[in-house]
Amino acid sequence: MHPALSIIVFSTLSGLGYGLAFMLGLGVLDPAASATKVAHLTALALISGGLISSTLHLGNPQRAWRALSQWRSSWLSREGVLAVFAFVPLVWSALACWVWDDYHPVPGLLGALLSAGTVYCTAMIYASLRSVDAWHTRLTPAVFLLFAVSGGAMLATLFAHAGGGDARIPGLLAAVALIAAWTVKLSWWKRLRLLVPTSSPESATGLGYIGKVSLFERPHVNENYLTREMGYQIARKHADKLRRIALIFGAAVPAIILALMLLVVPEAGLGSSLAAAFAALCFAAGVFVERWLFFAEARHAVMNYYGG
Amino acid sequence: MTSLPTLPTPKKLGLVIDLDVCVGCHACVISCKEWNTGGYGNSLSDQDPYGPDVSGTFLNRIHSFEVIPEGGKLVGEAGDARIVHFPKSCLHCEDAPCVTVCPTGASYKRSADGIVLVEEDKCIGCGLCAWACPYGAREMDVAAGVMKKCTLCVDRIYNETLEEVDRVPSCVRTCPSNARHFGDLADSASDVSIMVAERGGMDLMPEQATRPVNKYLPPRPRQPLAECAPATTRDAGGASGFFAWLDGVLERM
Repeated sequence: MHPALSIIVFSTLSGLGYGLAFMLGLGVLDPAASATKVAHLTALALISGGLISSTLHLGNPQRAWRALSQWRSSWLSREGVLAVFAFVPLVWSALACWVWDDYHPVPGLLGALLSAGTVYCTAMIYASLRSVDAWHTRLTPAVFLLFAVSGGAMLATLFAHAGGGDARIPGLLAAVALIAAWTVKLSWWKRLRLLVPTSSPESATGLGYIGKVSLFERPHVNENYLTREMGYQIARKHADKLRRIALIFGAAVPAIILALMLLVVPEAGLGSSLAAAFAALCFAAGVFVERWLFFAEARHAVMNYYGG
Repeated sequence: MTSLPTLPTPKKLGLVIDLDVCVGCHACVISCKEWNTGGYGNSLSDQDPYGPDVSGTFLNRIHSFEVIPEGGKLVGEAGDARIVHFPKSCLHCEDAPCVTVCPTGASYKRSADGIVLVEEDKCIGCGLCAWACPYGAREMDVAAGVMKKCTLCVDRIYNETLEEVDRVPSCVRTCPSNARHFGDLADSASDVSIMVAERGGMDLMPEQATRPVNKYLPPRPRQPLAECAPATTRDAGGASGFFAWLDGVLERM
């Protein structure tokens, strides 16, 4: 599948944003601290930036509001609806923090729930597609949710070190979620490696009863929408390298920094904030590469008609 | 409304494509593009039409496959291997995954005749329906930013201003080898249903659980090359009279 930059940016940013909103909704940071106020704004900015980015790949973005109508059948529509609903408690929580220096559990927990729900819907857009074997598994929503929690907890750790409160709880949450996320992701990758495709050129053409089917001639000499959108090949060539890059930046570096900070417990201040920020940035870069592979490595059933 | 019709549609209009007789001439591709670029919805645009990287939107494309039975290595070598030309357009599935994923309600399946259509004024061009379709039946028109697909020539088949013989999809009307047939596959007495029953019409990718309406008729079994009488022989042993004398003279020269 073609890794559209706007969608990868969307899922990386909104994952981080909803993860941070989830942590803030649980009330792990001190609402009186100015770092927590910035954290609320950061969460909203990441979510909004992601959503705006997601509309960039649309052919007719001016009609995007129509996507809120088909929540009965479409996971994309459900995602849109939940994203809009989630803004209500998230903005309420941010206002409570900014205006009254207070944490309100009702909008907080509701916001956490809707944040998780939105990420789940995003993942289900992909997991529900039978035509893409790599995505069509329950592991896909698990990966998206755990990466969102990891990123959110890591950002919460950063804001805690910057004066937002006790950094041990978000730090511990981040470490646990990070291990869980990469454990599930590794089994997602293993499943992909061992995958027997649901469909084959034989089943796609119905000609398997004669013998082995292979493409003799494409419909047209040049590329078309389908081969550009579904037939992306570049990543498969470098998949192993990219996987290592994702593991180093997304797993190893943040894990080492988190472990050091949990064991050594540094004074909250500029140094520890910078270290936490570095961990969060590396994690975001790792997730970006992981998301890129998520698209680029996935093979679409239509390629059975295009010899790919 | 992107939920599928709850009851089976009373009519299941669709195509039956005969892989035994398709000659791969691409006439249906051209006639489809010609009719549909001026018909239902936005035109079917081309990008860089006179340049080196020409590409465009098509609702019907012909692929060609080689099928090699066990034991063969190359087409022609084993004698039994064959080339099959393979027209592909929307199959108007009963469980169309492209319809249910649509977030806007632009994609829908008609409850009266089962045709799957896109209401282009509602389409945001997200491309998710093209991802959901395992057959590659949907293509985004890059110029209009909306999804295009086979309409089964809905603007021909019910069009009473056309001669009755023309009230079939453009591809069916134009096919010079009669490889494409149009009809109601819910009616077991229709020509297409009888054809499907007699020839063992098949679904493409049944494992994708889409329940396509369009059916493909498999190529008929072919006589293996080895069983054919040899066309020429270099042995003149059976000749007599003048030809035996000529054979002998030429042999001695």
